[in-house]
Amino acid sequence: MKKKPWDLFCFALCCLSAFFTFAALLFLIGYIVINGAGYITPSLFAFSYNTENVSLFPALLTTIFMIILSLLISAPIGVFTAIYLVEYAKRGNRFVHIIRITMETLSGIPSIVYGLFGMLFFVIWLGWGFSLLAGTFTISIMILPLIVRTTEESLKATPDSYREGAFGLGAGKLRTVFKVVLPSAASGILAGMILAIGRIAGETAALIYTAGTVAQIPQNLFSSGRTLSVHMYALSSEGLYSGQAYATAVILLITVILLNTLAAIMTKQFKKE
Amino acid sequence: MDNRKESFMRAVFICSALTSVLAVALICLFLFANGLPAIREIGLGSFLFGEEWAPNDVPPSFGIFPMILGSIYITGGAVLLGAPVGVLTAVFLSKLCPPGLCRFLQPLVELLAGIPSIVYGFFGIVTIAPLIRFLFDGSGSSILTASILLALMILPTIICITESALNALPSELYDGAAALGASRERIIFAVLLPAAKSGVLAAIVLGIGRAVGETMAVIMVAGNQARAPVGILRGARTLTANIVLEMGYAADLHRGALIGTGVVLFVFILLINLAFSSLQTGDKK
Repeated sequence: MKKKPWDLFCFALCCLSAFFTFAALLFLIGYIVINGAGYITPSLFAFSYNTENVSLFPALLTTIFMIILSLLISAPIGVFTAIYLVEYAKRGNRFVHIIRITMETLSGIPSIVYGLFGMLFFVIWLGWGFSLLAGTFTISIMILPLIVRTTEESLKATPDSYREGAFGLGAGKLRTVFKVVLPSAASGILAGMILAIGRIAGETAALIYTAGTVAQIPQNLFSSGRTLSVHMYALSSEGLYSGQAYATAVILLITVILLNTLAAIMTKQFKKE
Repeated sequence: MDNRKESFMRAVFICSALTSVLAVALICLFLFANGLPAIREIGLGSFLFGEEWAPNDVPPSFGIFPMILGSIYITGGAVLLGAPVGVLTAVFLSKLCPPGLCRFLQPLVELLAGIPSIVYGFFGIVTIAPLIRFLFDGSGSSILTASILLALMILPTIICITESALNALPSELYDGAAALGASRERIIFAVLLPAAKSGVLAAIVLGIGRAVGETMAVIMVAGNQARAPVGILRGARTLTANIVLEMGYAADLHRGALIGTGVVLFVFILLINLAFSSLQTGDKK
């Protein structure tokens, strides 16, 4: 059957749009990696930062600290919330409705508003100052909706026959959840955590006024430190070190690509099970 | 014994679930408690509609109208450019794409969503801004530059939600139209897209929310002049940019006015979220 010109036009329009989207993505990655790879030098990984070496090593360490601490806080809270929503709450419960609304609200709030809140609450009201801890708490609230949503989806995807089987063998609710449901949903939950790690590594606006912008390795929870993204913002707004900003961009991009690939593999694993 | 453990853990789960409610309550409380007094002191009218933002003048003036306009212009541009491309890409992925290619492209959409905004901003500085400078002269940091960059950044949001709206449609729609002899493209544009209308609208609304709230990428390419926008090839400052740029050194009323800017932004986003969720529930009915 021959296509009418109008059909062909619509088809071409869709293809063109998709081409634009993916070409832009590939161009972005290609451009930054090709132009920036040359700026990655050993001196970037010097142990401490000074204006000579513009090392990103302290920022890298701060980012890792921040990721570990935030996940320590929001992984249990997020997973427990999801367990409550999926396994315990009754359908049509008013409390559940409220939690869903707050989750939607939290996931829509722009990161700069989180930053403002973190500054007002953790930095000033609780008196923590610009610190790793204030940044961590701010970002933990931010990634909470993501963790709850992915965990919820994985729990819901676990077949009911698993639960019935466990109940039938005489296991209590708690035992069923921890020994049967959670293990079978583990890879899906993990995929969510990995995406959360990507969010933390890429966050800037929420951290500038909570964790501060000191370019050294933080000595304790109450000292300030900048993550890679904040480091990159500082470099590019100072305008002196565009080479190093390029290098940081490459490292951030590669991290995000690796994390996304890992999350995709995990999700596939989960679906196979 | 076991029973006590059960009810204890149950309580732990409920407390965890309460955390999010507590967080939202605290965010509202602290933003409003710190922002509203300053807004009252400045006067709501002259804060929202004041044409001049000059915190260092004597007497200072704190009108955020230029920034509100800046946010609206840049977001509007981003949606004009991004929404058609996003919706059509979603159509391509969900209905036209050969499955083999689709398996390869789908993760890329997620990657597009995962790239940090600071990297987008940097990309804007090194590629889009020089291009605009080359085409139209000027500094390259402009509303147009920011809109193009934001259009790219809201694509994954629009694509994902439109795609799931299209996939949620019952297959009878397609089959029925096909049985009447309509071609594939005609079915998509005359039957499926109208049926998924509120899902597509919800996608665009959420895209608007993303664009209004975006901070770092916009700061890097929008020029940030605190005056009413004078053309799409000139710079402008958004609400988000205003906060980040001046919070570092602001004090007293100036600081209060910046937190007030945050309050305005927060209310904007709440309204957008409300529109989004009413569109989504509208679809289910």
